[in-house]
Amino acid sequence: METQIKIRDLNVYYNKVHALKDINLDLPRGQITVIVGPSGCGKSTLLKTLNRFHDLADDTQVTGHVELDGVDLYAPDVEVTEVRTKVGLIAQRPFPLPMSIFENVAYGMRIHKLARGKELRDKVKHYLEVAGLWDEVKGRLNTPARDLSIGQQQRLCLARGLAVEPEVILGDEPTSSLDPISAKFIEERLEELKKDYTVVLVSHVLRQARHLADYLVFMYLGEVVEAGPAEQVLSAPKNDRTRAYLQGEFY
Amino acid sequence: MKKRWTLAHLEDRAMRTIMQLASLVLVGVLAAILVTIFIRGLPFLDLDLITKTPQGGFFLGGEGGILNAIVGSLLLAGGGTLLALFISLPIAFGINVYTGASRLASLLRMALDVLWGIPSLVYGAFGFTIMIAFGMRASLGAGILVLTLLQIPIMVRSMDEVMRMVPSELSQAAYSLGATRLEAAWSVLVRQALPGLVTAVLLAFGRGIGDAASVLFTAGFSDRIPTSLASPSASLPLAVFFQLGSPFPEVRGNGYATALVLTVLILFISMLSRFLARRLSRNVIR
Repeated sequence: METQIKIRDLNVYYNKVHALKDINLDLPRGQITVIVGPSGCGKSTLLKTLNRFHDLADDTQVTGHVELDGVDLYAPDVEVTEVRTKVGLIAQRPFPLPMSIFENVAYGMRIHKLARGKELRDKVKHYLEVAGLWDEVKGRLNTPARDLSIGQQQRLCLARGLAVEPEVILGDEPTSSLDPISAKFIEERLEELKKDYTVVLVSHVLRQARHLADYLVFMYLGEVVEAGPAEQVLSAPKNDRTRAYLQGEFY
Repeated sequence: MKKRWTLAHLEDRAMRTIMQLASLVLVGVLAAILVTIFIRGLPFLDLDLITKTPQGGFFLGGEGGILNAIVGSLLLAGGGTLLALFISLPIAFGINVYTGASRLASLLRMALDVLWGIPSLVYGAFGFTIMIAFGMRASLGAGILVLTLLQIPIMVRSMDEVMRMVPSELSQAAYSLGATRLEAAWSVLVRQALPGLVTAVLLAFGRGIGDAASVLFTAGFSDRIPTSLASPSASLPLAVFFQLGSPFPEVRGNGYATALVLTVLILFISMLSRFLARRLSRNVIR
């Protein structure tokens, strides 16, 4: 396995609360990493360090290093908006931008000046196809995005995120607000996307972790308890807590 | 499962009655005002009144109309609203995008609330003091500046309230695509809050066009339509005030007709704001 994201001595504090403690991880390229653990264990907090989302909160402090292909994302000369284009995020609940379906996908390409005119239209179509939404919306691209169903909205958010050409896709429980059919659809998309992207998901659904994960990280109380190839962690966990969690003794 | 009359039921019923009575008082007062203005003003409302400026002795029952006050009021409130918009939007942005939940933001909000509560007469007196210090005379420009001050707190606080309603996840969606704070503010905050922002602007316009005390000292009054920012300007509220104080019945009638014009203008503005808000909310995420 080839490492793409290297996390070293990472600590996160919310005010005085020590939310992440000395995290060290190597996440593989072109695979799906799933972070599991009980509520409040720091899964989402860890995920948000990967696209520097904690920068947005004044009372959150991050120390340590997160390297993407050898570049420290927290180095002083790194442009945060560039980090967030390279590392895309699909949120728990879809939030389309207050614009049309077309403009939602075009938005990122417009602000980063990636395409215009016919090229822009072609790219919007392309990413809507990748997200599996094109056939459902091709006749109404100029209607408000809010009129889509919630499952369609999540796929729109996926297309919108892919349109800025990221290398890594983060998902913060991206299926938890969806109905089972839409959730399955998103899972299928993610499985296809790992051909071209590195995917890091937070999940509290063990079934989903078992199904999707190539690499599994188990967290507990702000620490990484165990991490490794999913097959290995799932079949032969080294740590007692990991085993207890996987057997459903707590969640 | 049988229906019973408990205290909770009685409280519920009483509360509903109180609510209905309170609403009735509100609607009743509005209706009474409108009816009074209509009955007393409508007979005096004619084309001359709204298309002519006062001729000789208009305020003693002579010929002419209140076109000077209509144009003056539109210029005063329009100019004030435009200037206030240029100052209010950056402040509202600043509070919601850049300073977040900081102490500076809450300090600004408190300052604006205090400014909102200051009587408009005080703004007028303040403007008058400044004008005297600079040797200026009552003018359209001075009136616009004082109205701007009066309108800023209303505009900023109304904008602030609608911007605060925008879910933070929406801005985060833009940030996660690599948008800067300004890009996220323009594309998400403004679009999402647009119906409310329009309402805020028109609310401030309504306050500006209806205020008499702040323009009394600063814009003065004139029988002519102002030709420059330096010339004094009439306004509808002052025209109402001067005419209603007259001993001549037909002048008082004209005063009610003037009030009718002002009321219709404000009614038109509030309907326009509702219409625009509905049109602009097409893309708003709920």
